[in-house]
Amino acid sequence: MIRLTTPITEDRIRQLKVGDEVLLNGNVVLSRDIGHKFMKEQKPEWLKPILENMVIYHCGPVVRKNSDGTWSFVAAGPTTSIREEPYQADVIETYKVRGVIGKGGMGKKTSEGLQKTGAVYLHATGGAGSLLAERVKRVVDVKMLEEFGSPEAFWIIEVEDFPLVVTMDSHGGSLHEIVLAQSQERAKALMN
Amino acid sequence: MSECVIPTLTSMEVVESKSVLPDGWKADLSNLKGLDLTQPVLELMRRTTSRLPQDVIDALVKGRDAEEEGSRAFNTLNDMVRNILLADGNVTPLCQDTGTVIFFVRHPYGLSQRAAKKQIRAAVVQATKNVWLRPNCVEAISGKNTGTNMDPFHEGHPVLHFEEWDRPEIEIAVMLKGGGCENVGAQYRLPDATIGAGRDIKGVRKCIIDAVVKAQGQGCSPGILGVAIGGDRVTSYEKSKELILRKLGTAHADPKMDAFEKEVTNDLNTLGIGPMGYGGNTTALGVHVEEMYRHPASFFVSISYMCWSSRRRVMTISSTGEVSFD
Repeated sequence: MIRLTTPITEDRIRQLKVGDEVLLNGNVVLSRDIGHKFMKEQKPEWLKPILENMVIYHCGPVVRKNSDGTWSFVAAGPTTSIREEPYQADVIETYKVRGVIGKGGMGKKTSEGLQKTGAVYLHATGGAGSLLAERVKRVVDVKMLEEFGSPEAFWIIEVEDFPLVVTMDSHGGSLHEIVLAQSQERAKALMN
Repeated sequence: MSECVIPTLTSMEVVESKSVLPDGWKADLSNLKGLDLTQPVLELMRRTTSRLPQDVIDALVKGRDAEEEGSRAFNTLNDMVRNILLADGNVTPLCQDTGTVIFFVRHPYGLSQRAAKKQIRAAVVQATKNVWLRPNCVEAISGKNTGTNMDPFHEGHPVLHFEEWDRPEIEIAVMLKGGGCENVGAQYRLPDATIGAGRDIKGVRKCIIDAVVKAQGQGCSPGILGVAIGGDRVTSYEKSKELILRKLGTAHADPKMDAFEKEVTNDLNTLGIGPMGYGGNTTALGVHVEEMYRHPASFFVSISYMCWSSRRRVMTISSTGEVSFD
């Protein structure tokens, strides 16, 4: 088990390999569909210091507003990442992002982006909303809440020992490609 | 995280004690016009969003215990079980994606569907306020979130299916279907040359295998599949979704179809996709197939994929007014 704390250097990220199990600590930034389109098309400057050497999490959480005005995460598992495939590589490069958390893996374009910039794809257990919300220590800030709505806003959260698996590394390795190829081969045999 | 979790849900006494329905609440079905379903439906939502049906838990545990201890597949299934227990104990959503909310209402003659719709919608608004549901209803093109889970045109969300039946009780089933698994559903039109599927049961089997391979881990495997054969494009998909409501481990009424379901489930579990697509032997928890009638020219196979967090629940209000949940 590897413990990582954000911000993360490029050197450290390049040491990670497919299959490594990681416990992530520090701040991560939530973003999904609207956010990725926004980042690619508008490239807002104000996001640069928030994202540099940080980790993006594909997640639309269930949140509760507390009576003192603070927020709590109630359920916060990953959403399917492949929808961000058209945007992810650009976002990683523009903002020097070191990691992307999600589920289901991503495609070739993102893999190339991970290799070029020096970043990894970290897989979280889909559907484990309660389990993962327990690892959220606090909500640090939220951006674009009004504009995007709560599932799509840029939530900045601090996590503690957030359990992840590296399924795409910065050397072109992808567990998703391996499983896909093996299952396609097996399917061919079954369908014969 | 590899310590093996033995699942025990909170007792029914605890569940009852947190009910939004007053103790001993009863409906008066002799006066259907005066019936208000809002509170019972709210209670139905509470139980559905935070507590998985026992048959689904059993299937996940069985899958876990069939994986090699300490493997990624084992640990992932174990985390799923851990998550189930946490959500149940805290009465919080199992998954942040509380899905499209789909109701199937069956009722005796005399119930106003317009009134019931209004009450069910009110319950969904309240469940959203209670943070049991995430606001999941957005304008198609702009993506603007209504914040309440309500489609202002009363058409898209929540989804409501009504059917009048000749029984005295009211039955309301609900399913929370996440977007990730909805996106990997598929509809085939046979014959399909791309996968070599003809208009027979072998062709149907090929469609199912193909759909699961294409889905990989994206739909949060291990999945539960509803497969409708026949119908038109709409009725076929609709039936495939309804089949997800069937309890895992219950036999198909037709022994031949039952054997087919079991055989295909076993086949799928040799694909090596595994929980979350990490690899492993647990790719599908069950396959539920139903044959329909069709137009001679059309042969649809519609597949709805349900994620492992199969949140479904049925509420029955008996003719004497007692409310029960299954």
